[in-house]
Amino acid sequence: MQIYLPIAEVSVNAFLLLGLGGLVGILSGMFGVGGGFLITPLLFFVGIPPAVAVATSTNQIVASSFSALLAHLKRKTVDIKMGVVLLAGGLVGAAAGVQVFAVLARLGQVDLLVQLCYVVFLGIIGGIMFVESLNAIRRARASGGSVVPKRRHRGWIDSLPFKMRFRTSGLYISVIPPLLVGLLVGVLAAIMGVGGGFIMVPAMIYLLGMPTKVVIGTSLFQIIFVTGFATLMHATTNYTVDMVLAVLLLVGGVVGAQVGTRIGTKMKAEQLRILLSVMVLAVCGKLAFDLLVMPSELYSIGPGAGH
Amino acid sequence: MRGGGLIVAALLAVWTPVAAETVVAGLSRDTINITANFEGSEILIFGAVGRDAPAPDGSIEVIITVEGPSLPASVRRKSLRFGIWVNTDGIEVDSAPSFYAVATTAPFEDVLTHVEDLRHRVSIPRAIRAVGLGVSDGQAFTDALIRIRERSDLYQLIEGAVTLRDQTLFDTSIQLPANLVEGDYRTRIFLTREGRVIDVFEQDIAVRKVGLERFIYNLAHDRPLIYGILSLAIAIAAGWLASAVFRYIRT
Repeated sequence: MQIYLPIAEVSVNAFLLLGLGGLVGILSGMFGVGGGFLITPLLFFVGIPPAVAVATSTNQIVASSFSALLAHLKRKTVDIKMGVVLLAGGLVGAAAGVQVFAVLARLGQVDLLVQLCYVVFLGIIGGIMFVESLNAIRRARASGGSVVPKRRHRGWIDSLPFKMRFRTSGLYISVIPPLLVGLLVGVLAAIMGVGGGFIMVPAMIYLLGMPTKVVIGTSLFQIIFVTGFATLMHATTNYTVDMVLAVLLLVGGVVGAQVGTRIGTKMKAEQLRILLSVMVLAVCGKLAFDLLVMPSELYSIGPGAGH
Repeated sequence: MRGGGLIVAALLAVWTPVAAETVVAGLSRDTINITANFEGSEILIFGAVGRDAPAPDGSIEVIITVEGPSLPASVRRKSLRFGIWVNTDGIEVDSAPSFYAVATTAPFEDVLTHVEDLRHRVSIPRAIRAVGLGVSDGQAFTDALIRIRERSDLYQLIEGAVTLRDQTLFDTSIQLPANLVEGDYRTRIFLTREGRVIDVFEQDIAVRKVGLERFIYNLAHDRPLIYGILSLAIAIAAGWLASAVFRYIRT
């Protein structure tokens, strides 16, 4: 069934969009990532204009993240206090990131920067997570059961001031590292047009030492606010949020998120991490391939700059 | 005196058909409504050649063009730098139609001369306006623009698609794709003899979003903040609803 999208001004198959939304929703529920790094390129592929794809996927992420967050709230796997600290840093970072984006857009190389950002960050994060979780699984096999992760030695992080107790995460650390993580993710989220969950999740696990189960809910909490803010910005400045496209994606997305959350609770933390890392590496590989291999069409058409 | 008379007669013979043959045409529709399940549309263009006098020798040809609203566009080209493919050069096209179809009764070169094409801007390359491109090989960029849009059926050159009966009645159908841009689509019908245009007929087809499509589009542009908040509200509500439904199913 074809449907005409009023803002994107293209006609696409409604079931295809429902399916895409559902797929990304499942991932969102399982891993606590918003799925922006997946859905945006997928929408390009379907033929949605890039500006509409970026803006509308932020709206869809709000829906699937909210659906998944409710499931996590019920299970009490959200560290709201930590989420608020991360969000404070995130909003400042996002505001800064929008400015960086505007400067690069004037220089005319913003597409390349976004792609390089994706390749570098997805590559690093995917690689580290893959190796780490593979080792964790091997250790678990060797000892014949799930291993309780060692208390990480955080050295310099422990010596920072303004310590705060995060009960849900079982942490007593300085607020400076989470603020900085939030800030960094905010900057990248604004530049790359995503919620930033795929950076946030590993940062919380490896830098802050939070338990994996709490990390997902907390990440979702933060993502909702960042992407909600981004949706409003896109709607008011670029008029590129397509409500019809968003509704189709989010109907699939919210259902997928519920399913994903249930799959997530049935799996071991190491398995979840290895799956996420494989997915991140796959997207990274695809983007790197596009940069390295000669494209079949060297030319591309964009909207006029408007003299 | 006799010689003078011959010249006048010869002039009349050339001149008369120019004034005597005109287009009498019709379109199957003058508005196209874009609704939620719009899948593209076919327009039928038909008409006749009106004559005051018997048709002169030689065949008459018909060219029909349909042109969507023109917009500026940028065309970029990638090249290999430091091992990766990046956009290195680009041009700005002043205006390029969002849709352009040309249908003819015979091969394009046979029905219209180059000079007439320049004057009336009939062929696809002529429909694109790009001046002062600022690069040496600007032609390659406009060629690419045409190539890419032809691939998605936004630009069509369909030679021989106009059927002409008894040198008088003609008709053709033009397929408009689903990804249409709103606006007035200018339809032109040219009558040509020996490559020269002898009459032109013009009419606009209004392509408009209607109903829900219209409402959403207007809301997004006139009340962007309300539209944004509404989008978020729908997202939150859908997220909550799905969660509630799943909880209900489980209990």
